[in-house]
Amino acid sequence: MSQTRKTISKFNLQMVDSPAIDKVGVEERVARFQTRSIKNESKLQGLKMSLSMIDLTTLEGKDTPGKVKQMCYKAHHLCDTHPGLPTVAAVCVYPSMVAFAKKELKDSGVKVASVSTAFPSGQAPMDVKLLDTRFAVDEGADEIDMVISRGKFLAGEYSFVFDEIASIKEVCGNARLKVILETGELATLDNVRKASDLAIHAGADFIKTSTGKIQPAATMQVTYTMLMAIKDYFDKTGIMIGMKPAGGISTSKLALHNLVMVKEVLGDAWLNNEWFRFGASSLANDVLMQIIKSETGIYQSSDYFSID
Amino acid sequence: MARIEILKTYKLFIGGQFPRTESGRFYALKNTKGTPIANICLSSRKDVRNAAQAARKAFGGWSEKTAFNRGQILYRIAEMLEGRRDQFIAELQAQGVGKAKAEKEVEIAIDRIVYYAGWCDKYNQVLSAVNPVSSSHFNFSVYEPTGVVGIFAPQNTSLLGLVSVLMPVIAGGNTCLVLASENMPLCAITFAEVLHSSDLPGGVVNILTGTNKELADTLSSHMDINAIVYGGEDSEILKSIQENAVSNIKRVIVQKKDWVKPDSQDLYMIIDTQELKTTWHPIENIGGATSSY
Repeated sequence: MSQTRKTISKFNLQMVDSPAIDKVGVEERVARFQTRSIKNESKLQGLKMSLSMIDLTTLEGKDTPGKVKQMCYKAHHLCDTHPGLPTVAAVCVYPSMVAFAKKELKDSGVKVASVSTAFPSGQAPMDVKLLDTRFAVDEGADEIDMVISRGKFLAGEYSFVFDEIASIKEVCGNARLKVILETGELATLDNVRKASDLAIHAGADFIKTSTGKIQPAATMQVTYTMLMAIKDYFDKTGIMIGMKPAGGISTSKLALHNLVMVKEVLGDAWLNNEWFRFGASSLANDVLMQIIKSETGIYQSSDYFSID
Repeated sequence: MARIEILKTYKLFIGGQFPRTESGRFYALKNTKGTPIANICLSSRKDVRNAAQAARKAFGGWSEKTAFNRGQILYRIAEMLEGRRDQFIAELQAQGVGKAKAEKEVEIAIDRIVYYAGWCDKYNQVLSAVNPVSSSHFNFSVYEPTGVVGIFAPQNTSLLGLVSVLMPVIAGGNTCLVLASENMPLCAITFAEVLHSSDLPGGVVNILTGTNKELADTLSSHMDINAIVYGGEDSEILKSIQENAVSNIKRVIVQKKDWVKPDSQDLYMIIDTQELKTTWHPIENIGGATSSY
């Protein structure tokens, strides 16, 4: 399927005319998602859904096997004193940790995602990026989170970015490809939309806002703009693309606002971890605390939850 | 033309700011003649949550300040209160306290703050201990703040009771949320303005107004609150606080004193909300029978 998409899109690249974004309009629409009143029962469902959509992430120079082991354990033992909770969707690590994480997660059903293409800057030669990706796939990564060359994109070399994504997609094989736009460096919503369209046409299975290393990261305005790109593509072709806001979503309230937005922009089909993810490291604990608060009425303390 | 007097809006004090209650509710406070004198915020569960969050956030910075610096800031609170004596005396009178009594109450409150300001950098020296142990260890115990403290201010005074239960808590490096007296809440919010202008970091003290009965359960069951100081006199509320406190083993300290009396302030009120940490440090017992020196 991706092969067909690639050929068609290469042909049409110049014709894909990304619409201009009305920033004020986006802000107003986004503000409205935050005023929806959510009843307790739906809130609880939403919270559990958020948990199942989390890509538990550690992407630091100081990552050790110990740290990754602890995070993998947490991925499928979110709160052992509280049975009936889902596991998170995936753990997200550097390529060097993929094989280790894969071993730790064996039969848990939790996927392993690996960043690649010289994450987070993406400033490396093409063959290095391809090798980086191939290594992660060979080590067993189920998903690849690549970064685009923002420098090239901002310089107007769209074909370069397109080809880059398409070549990485080829290397991915069965692994699903998430394309990180690093919207914090793209400056305008117009650029975000253009980059989203570009990534989708080049073969992305998911588009993702940020690396988490740059502020601002996944603001609702940016996520909304990307969701609209997904919607327009789906309306035109019937092909679904996944969405992953990452960075800065650390409270359950923000997670619920995002879910409201996904539901109202894309619909129920996207409300599962096949098509929507949160890239986050500290969100899980806050959601857990909110779930227990909703069920018991007692406000919780981070003292009694695992340290991220 | 006659000037229209500007009346003060009594709001809450959370995280160094003065928000209205999240619930939008209020109750009318009346003087002894039955005339309404102010609208007071009726805090909700969410205000308690917000205040507890602010207090937790402020704890790291406040507890790590040097004891000397904490003392300076407490002394600054006394200075600021001294400068606004007349306002507090007038507010106490509006709430039905006689003039002479009101003046005395404010004076004692100021002196009490100075008293605890002085103890800030001394209580640990006086109360810590070096413990004799039967091994070659240097073994010592020092006090550390317990964390976030929930305070129910005494009901029958507006200022002095509040100051008396609050000061020992923050002198020891804790942060807190305070539920002001239900019938005499005016001075609590004006006192928040004093705190606000005293270099006290936002969130160290958070002051709510409202009813004890409504908020006691939320406050005492909150897992992120480490101790409760109860200055009220309702045995039913106290019982439910004590039961709720079991969930995360909060300390519950009951303070019932005649706050005007000089002996209602003491050093031991500081360690009511402290934890005693004991350290075993290996050491050679020089000159001992088993020592090589």
